[in-house]
Amino acid sequence: MKFALPIVLVAITAGLMLVGVVGAAHARGTVGIAAGSAMYGLTPKASAPEPALTNLLVDIQRRDWDAAFSSLSKTGGADKQSFIEEWTGSNGSLRSFSNLESFDSRPLHITNDQAQMRVHLHWSTPVGPIEDVRDIHLVREGDIWKAVWPAIVLAKVPAQVIPVTYLRWDLVNGSAGNEWGSKNIDAPHVRIISMNAEDSSEGIAVMGEVVNEDTIPAFVNVNGTLIDGSGNPIDDESSFDKIAHILLPKQVTPYRIDFPGFRLKKIKDVRMDVKAALVPASADPVIGVMNQKVETDVQGKSVLHGDLLNESGRTVNIPHVIASFYDNNGKVVWVADGYVDGALLPQSSEPFAVEIPRSVAAEVQNFHVVVNQYSLGGL
Amino acid sequence: MRLFLACAAICLAQVHFGEVSSAQDVDIRVPSVVVAGNQANISTGGSGKATFYLVGPGVSRKSDVSLGKEVFLSAQDLSVAGRYLAVLCSSACRSAAFYVSSAQPHTLAFLVHPSRVAVAQNDAVSGVALPFDLFDNLVLSPLGVNLQLTGGGRLLFSQALRTRDGIAWFRSSSGRSAGALQVTASLDKVSAQRAVQEVASDPCNLRINGQRTPTGVLVQTEPVHDCAGNAVPDGTIVTFSATDSSGKSTVDAPIKHGIARAEMATSGVTLITAASGVVMGNELRLGSQ
Repeated sequence: MKFALPIVLVAITAGLMLVGVVGAAHARGTVGIAAGSAMYGLTPKASAPEPALTNLLVDIQRRDWDAAFSSLSKTGGADKQSFIEEWTGSNGSLRSFSNLESFDSRPLHITNDQAQMRVHLHWSTPVGPIEDVRDIHLVREGDIWKAVWPAIVLAKVPAQVIPVTYLRWDLVNGSAGNEWGSKNIDAPHVRIISMNAEDSSEGIAVMGEVVNEDTIPAFVNVNGTLIDGSGNPIDDESSFDKIAHILLPKQVTPYRIDFPGFRLKKIKDVRMDVKAALVPASADPVIGVMNQKVETDVQGKSVLHGDLLNESGRTVNIPHVIASFYDNNGKVVWVADGYVDGALLPQSSEPFAVEIPRSVAAEVQNFHVVVNQYSLGGL
Repeated sequence: MRLFLACAAICLAQVHFGEVSSAQDVDIRVPSVVVAGNQANISTGGSGKATFYLVGPGVSRKSDVSLGKEVFLSAQDLSVAGRYLAVLCSSACRSAAFYVSSAQPHTLAFLVHPSRVAVAQNDAVSGVALPFDLFDNLVLSPLGVNLQLTGGGRLLFSQALRTRDGIAWFRSSSGRSAGALQVTASLDKVSAQRAVQEVASDPCNLRINGQRTPTGVLVQTEPVHDCAGNAVPDGTIVTFSATDSSGKSTVDAPIKHGIARAEMATSGVTLITAASGVVMGNELRLGSQ
């Protein structure tokens, strides 16, 4: 009798350990596992496309690259280093600061030997959750299904010297005495050139464009306040990252301010306030936005896609695309943004895509894209 | 008894408001005009000891004095312009008020707005001048202030201003040439100078030209000027858009040495436009290679 309690405790502990190990093997959304498997051999056998894809993505989540790469078909052509870089990012890109939080997959087409699976990847990133959609091809090799990973072409930049002679603005705080009015520098002049408020699926969206009318760079932010029928302010929001904050002289940026949970019918007025401050800035890098086109993607959504081309000699670690969409009267009907996973290396390009909501897709006649850039190492 | 109480109340009220008390053995006479930073004397009448109080905008002082002699007020006591109250108390109190006025102008506070302005803008430059004496008292008496605006080494505008309640102000249009605008306000030997940076206005007649290259098109602006002929500063953004069969390409190119330039990969018939801020340039149509 005196051994009963220890035996029960040992049995419960062993049971919990087993549950933990098996559960970890099937974990979704596990973040921060550096490498390796909790207990090798407990991964379900890839005897069908779904478990094969799940095993692969779980290995990627856990950063067990040996296991992940061994579950790829040799017919794919991807090399291990490129495969790892594709999932972990490089050059300080957004992907290198992201984790694969979870995924959902569904079959598109399955035969005895081949399968096409669509997977929604949910990434947690410093700029918020990002969803990625991929179609993955799997083949049966013996009684095991394996993913066919195509050869990955990573941008390679040859060693070179690129002279850059673009302007740079520095900010010097005057060292004059305390004489009144002797060292004032006015804030840059910026102006809202268009503004439109629309009901969106999540609330009210106020959008438009701002121009820097001055001859110096400006750090710009747009704030909006909703006024109800009795003239009282009921919500106050800012454009946050739906704007290119640093505007060079005569540069135009779209902006969008979201007011979640509000509807326009209850709003009498929207007060807009644009704030500008003088900041140091550089005219470099120049990023071209090439081959922009609105098309319908595989899920039936309208998407503006194109390529960002870095025309300078500096790496842009995290490119951010902001697009304004116009109707046939030139009115801004939507502003959307998107971050690019990969770093934009000098003289190279990266694709981007920005989704247009179904409610406005039919109205869109024209668009304008600006690129915000975040680079490690400042100006 | 009732008469005594009424008299006492009136006496207290008069002392409080700086008027003459009912005591007949104390007398105080203050100067009619005192200029800030000057010494002054206050005459007293009577005999014996008394306590002297001086209360003003920049001083609060108490001292023992002998009645019948003058009370000396130092320049430091009277450095701040405004209303002063001198109170002399012996068996009873007696008080008198006097004013200290500001001295001659010593400095000119000069505020000019804005620090940076586009050329050829009406009523775009404004400023105020406020004369102060050596002790930082605002000089309220009317004074003549001469205003001069110079740019590029020549006089653009001058005006004789007169202060009113210590302030003179002006408003002027900006000039037609980019560069530093010197604004000078002078009052006798005192002067203050401020600089307003006049900058080019929006681009005018933005024109582009382009040519085919092996990889696409090279498009550039002609030298970009505003409508007054000033070169638009380097770093100003010109947005080039090229539309061909593969879609639209845009480049925000900064002006360098007066010209903005961009190279875009296009093929086939290409329509190219340019804009800087809200100013549109001409359209350019390039045929296929």
